[in-house]
Amino acid sequence: MIEARQLTKVYHDRKRGQIRAVDGVNFRCEPGRIFGLLGVNGAGKTTCLRLLATILRPTSGAASINGFDILTEPEQVRSSIGFLSTATALYGRLTAFEVVEYFGRLHGMDDRILRPRMDALFQTLGMNEFRDRRCDKLSTGMKQKTSIARTLVHDPPVMIFDEPTLGLDVLTARTVLGFIQECGRRGKTVIFSTHAMSEAERLCDSIAIIHGGRILADGTLAQLRKRAGVEHLEDIFIKTVEEQA
Amino acid sequence: MNLRPIAIVYRKELRDLLRDWRAIVSIIIVPTLVVPVVILGAIHFAGQAMKEAPKNNLTMEGAPKVMLLGGEGSPETVAALRRLKKFDLAPGSSDFTNLISNKKIRAAVEIPKDFDAAVEGERKTAIRIYTYDGEPKSMQTAQQLQDFFQHRREEMVRRHLLERMLPETLATPFEIQRANVASPKQVSGALLGMILPYLMIAMCLAGAIYPAIDLTAGEKERGTLETLLSSPTPRAHLVLGKVLVVLTISLTTAALAIFSNGLALVLAHSGKLAKMPLALDPLALAGACVMMIPLAVFLSSVAIAVGLFARSAKEAGTYLQPMLLLAIIPAIVAALPGVEFNYGLAFIPVLNISLLCKELLAGAWHWGHVAAVFGSMTFYATLAVAAAVALFKRESVLFRT
Repeated sequence: MIEARQLTKVYHDRKRGQIRAVDGVNFRCEPGRIFGLLGVNGAGKTTCLRLLATILRPTSGAASINGFDILTEPEQVRSSIGFLSTATALYGRLTAFEVVEYFGRLHGMDDRILRPRMDALFQTLGMNEFRDRRCDKLSTGMKQKTSIARTLVHDPPVMIFDEPTLGLDVLTARTVLGFIQECGRRGKTVIFSTHAMSEAERLCDSIAIIHGGRILADGTLAQLRKRAGVEHLEDIFIKTVEEQA
Repeated sequence: MNLRPIAIVYRKELRDLLRDWRAIVSIIIVPTLVVPVVILGAIHFAGQAMKEAPKNNLTMEGAPKVMLLGGEGSPETVAALRRLKKFDLAPGSSDFTNLISNKKIRAAVEIPKDFDAAVEGERKTAIRIYTYDGEPKSMQTAQQLQDFFQHRREEMVRRHLLERMLPETLATPFEIQRANVASPKQVSGALLGMILPYLMIAMCLAGAIYPAIDLTAGEKERGTLETLLSSPTPRAHLVLGKVLVVLTISLTTAALAIFSNGLALVLAHSGKLAKMPLALDPLALAGACVMMIPLAVFLSSVAIAVGLFARSAKEAGTYLQPMLLLAIIPAIVAALPGVEFNYGLAFIPVLNISLLCKELLAGAWHWGHVAAVFGSMTFYATLAVAAAVALFKRESVLFRT
């Protein structure tokens, strides 16, 4: 489970002054459900997910992942999550096998557990054909599969996806979205950020609309439709943002 | 502290780095091939320039051009100067000062008209040598001219004494003899002490720069830093793994440079070296190498910290290249004659190690000096590692745009 309580991140910029990238965000994601964070570029999605992944430290507020506090137990939090974003690249000079193995080892897995887990993952994701090829020689789709294997190698109960389909072609994006759906089906807690309305509409059990660092509305798609009085998510999003502006 | 994650990071980073051809160039090719070629080339050209000997005694090709001013009434002295065949003698001209300044001739020698007669008549007279002070070839030519006239003066004194049946010892009542009391190990150590610390420090830092940039700013640029930060490994362990990789590369580069330069010098000058009473003290060399370890940790950690601070590999390079110069200057200062160890200098990084290595290689083991330098350098190395770890925990540095 993921729970954020008044999560806030403030940056100080010499030119722009104080920037509240994430401003008192509250939400809760349950296991087996996909929670979507919907917002335009610069809305605060990435900062919010980086706070949950303990890559950044919040200015105030709190959050827990799988029962672990992001402030006091960051290492346990990172052990419980699989974090995938457009910014999480692969080591180009290592093979797909070596990358997945490295992260398995960083998660404290020994050979006895790691090898069968990797074999199973490579089989499921269809990676055996390119597992010994260097990552800088892989196609975008192959790289994304390797990234997925990297996030799943330690079988985390919580998955965090930050715009995972950004810049991907249709076929690769479809594979990634299918994988996110599969995570939800397998009982994992999934949080997924996107600015693509169609993806959120298709995948998410509940959606939060984030803008200017604040969550303006959240609930299931049906609840959001009812509240906004419009059918399409894009219309809901625009209406919500305009109302709050 | 759990060392396993550090070992995992170390193995991965080393493997990753050694697959990069640019790293191979900086770790192996530069110290083993480029540096020896540059050093030997510089020695060769310097040697060639210093020789200044005529390549052909008949045509005087390559001999320094010297203008003869006067000397008409002194055929004996002029003939002796010509017989020497060390100088390409040119007839006198009134603009000899311009010719020397423009390096058309290297020097001019003025022989008074009645010079030979004055010498025979035991009257006081003088030879004047015109030079371009500060111009090496002119200075060298002037010295050769001075040596010639000094030798000629001694010969004349000896002849005059003989003519008067007086002993030669009247002109030279005693001789001055110099004897080396230093052992061959000390002689070699004193020579090596001027070169080796400089080479070791320069190569330690040169070897650290590329990997430090690649593992920090390079990782930021490639987007793998965020991937790494999402792993449960504590950040301090991630940095320590990286520092150890840079340290390994840095020490390897220095070791390869010393070995290849030593080998190149021996092969290129085997004849000359064989004549010198050289003998290297392995204990002193081992001591100097051990003293390099805290310095290499210090330099590796500083390079990592600077690399972390930089936004890009290019920016990191801009910061680290001057650092190379900054580290080399104290090493050069330490090699200068007269600069010797004292406890005040024991706390200046790089200079302290250079001076101590100079002492150790010369065979002087002052344990107080060793403790002061090792202690201060270990302190600085610890501070540098702590700074690198602290920077790696600062998100304003990691996500600096």
